[in-house]
Amino acid sequence: MSPKPSTDPLAGVAAEPGVPKPDPMLTISDVRRSFGGITAVDVDHLEIPRGLITGLIGPNGAGKTTLFNLLTGFDTPDRGKWTFAGEDLAGVPAHLVARKGMGRTFQLTKALSRMTVMENMQLAATGQSGERFLTALVAPLWRGKEQEITERADELLVRFKLDHMRDEFAGTLSGGQRKLLEMARALMVEPALVMLDEPMAGVNPALTQSLLDHVKGLRDNEGRTVVFVEHDMDVVFDISDWVVCLAQGEVIAEGRPSEIGSNRAVIDAYLGATHSEDPAHRKKRHERRAS
Amino acid sequence: MAADIVFDALRTALGPTAAAYALLAIGLNIHFGFTGLLNFGQAGFMLVGAYGVAITVSTFGGPLWLGVLVGMLAAVVLALILGVPTLRLRADYLAITTIAAAEILRLLVRSTAAEPITGGVFGLRQFGGDFFALNPLPDGRTYFGALAASPNRAWVMLVGWSLVALMTLLVWALIRSPWGRVIRSIREDEDAARSLGKNVFSYKMQSLVLGGVIGSLGGALFALSLQTVQPDTFLPQVTFFAFAILILGGTASTGGPIVGAIIFWFLIGSLQSGLRRFSDADMLPEFFGAQAVGAVTLTFVGVLLMALMIFRPQGILGDKKELQLDVS
Ligand SMILES: Nc1ncnc2c1ncn2[C@@H]1O[C@H](COP(=O)(O)OP(=O)(O)O)[C@@H](O)[C@H]1O
Ligand SMILES: [Mg+2]
Repeated sequence: MSPKPSTDPLAGVAAEPGVPKPDPMLTISDVRRSFGGITAVDVDHLEIPRGLITGLIGPNGAGKTTLFNLLTGFDTPDRGKWTFAGEDLAGVPAHLVARKGMGRTFQLTKALSRMTVMENMQLAATGQSGERFLTALVAPLWRGKEQEITERADELLVRFKLDHMRDEFAGTLSGGQRKLLEMARALMVEPALVMLDEPMAGVNPALTQSLLDHVKGLRDNEGRTVVFVEHDMDVVFDISDWVVCLAQGEVIAEGRPSEIGSNRAVIDAYLGATHSEDPAHRKKRHERRAS
Repeated sequence: MAADIVFDALRTALGPTAAAYALLAIGLNIHFGFTGLLNFGQAGFMLVGAYGVAITVSTFGGPLWLGVLVGMLAAVVLALILGVPTLRLRADYLAITTIAAAEILRLLVRSTAAEPITGGVFGLRQFGGDFFALNPLPDGRTYFGALAASPNRAWVMLVGWSLVALMTLLVWALIRSPWGRVIRSIREDEDAARSLGKNVFSYKMQSLVLGGVIGSLGGALFALSLQTVQPDTFLPQVTFFAFAILILGGTASTGGPIVGAIIFWFLIGSLQSGLRRFSDADMLPEFFGAQAVGAVTLTFVGVLLMALMIFRPQGILGDKKELQLDVS
């Protein structure tokens, strides 16, 4: 897989909602989901470029998490279609979506508390025949694969600086470490597309930078496509190749980070939402700049 | 008298009933301890195992092995019927469905309409012939020393506890395997398991079937040891006792059901023996008749569970550290 090309792969793509892209990994058409009276997601058309980092922004309640849930099979839309790597994925159950290469993390981390960090990692590996009932009873049939999996997991744990917690229950990890574990675990599945729902939220500022480096690494070193939700605009503009802004379920703007920062619709959408500009947030941002 | 009570209690603790309950609890451990499934109808799985043997042998004159097989197959079918509609829903749906299904089964086998096959309220008897014919233990003496088991009782004990050991080994092998890892991940957070490509529904179904079949073996053992089945043996309190055993021994610990069953039945055995002996010696108040034993037993189990929750919530073999982790 190639590292990030120096020329802009999105050159010539206009910064307007629903604009087609040269090499989309994920194409979403007319996806709609409402809960009772409110429309949580109503996306006419959206393409996610392959091999790049797309930042998904929008005020609280904009429908970002719901969109993730729909695309990954955790929720069912009222209507709509989407294709992932050319394959129609609407209606495919979550576990099959994951196996097809669409990995995700959750806004509220889902560490498997009463399993060790290593078990969390091993679980995520694919192709372990010992997960079948009858094969499970004959250890020699799966030991070799297990060793292979464990080695790969150990490498990832070192990369995510979790190796010292390897044999601890995941429930003993700090919030930030759980986010790291969840990301590392998602990578065990070898996803072509990784969807990260607020990977930086609640993470100790000392860890944010390394998390950011990991996200960039997914693109630069492994050629994966990344979509991530984040509220901190500095972070979004720092690492995204492309930014999509959702408000009240609709894509109200998309473009390069430089274009989004000055976009009228985006500013308006955020004006009512104090979330991204509350003092605590500013302070945190300030601290990171200083470091 | 104290020594007599202890021996009585030991006889109960190591007897066939304790082994049968250990099997029920092993099944529940797979469901609840490892997968996080709330099966409140283990009595139903026990019932199909017991009636599988009884009906096949007593009503239709079939061989014993076929009866056991029928019981196990019935448990598979019951698990599928319970699981297919509920395992995709929230956990409580399974709980409600299982407790209802177990009661429906009990009322069904005791109904007049079913009497030609199940014997109705009177139940069935005389289906243990094949089983006791296999007994290699010579007649005319007692076994296990102070436990003074008759050859037949000793034979049921041997088979029962061997079965318990075998099933414990099976659970141990499964839980440490990658299969068991998926099962435990579902207990922790099934959405996480899904996001990692695991077919959660299929694993829950496998767990429900496996634990149910082990429960049905407990039922078959129970029926063979008593050489009779009666519908009202399979009251919801059977499931309640099996849960008490599981929690006492230590939920999600492989050896928990064995330890739990032995201690539980030791306590019940001493309680009942004590009551009986005191009553025989006219040392109990008048109103404390024989009917009171059941009520006292139930009360005792309730108090035992409360004490456990206060003093040792993880059970005897459970992991305290594991229990203290927040599982949100
Ligand atoms: N399961 C649900 N039931 C009812 N309403 C929901 C549910 N999930 C999300 N919503 C609503 O949908 C809207 C979008 O929510 P969400 O996708 O979580 O937003 P975001 O992740 O952008 O903050 C919100 O108004 C939220 O209250
Ligand atoms: Mg959200």
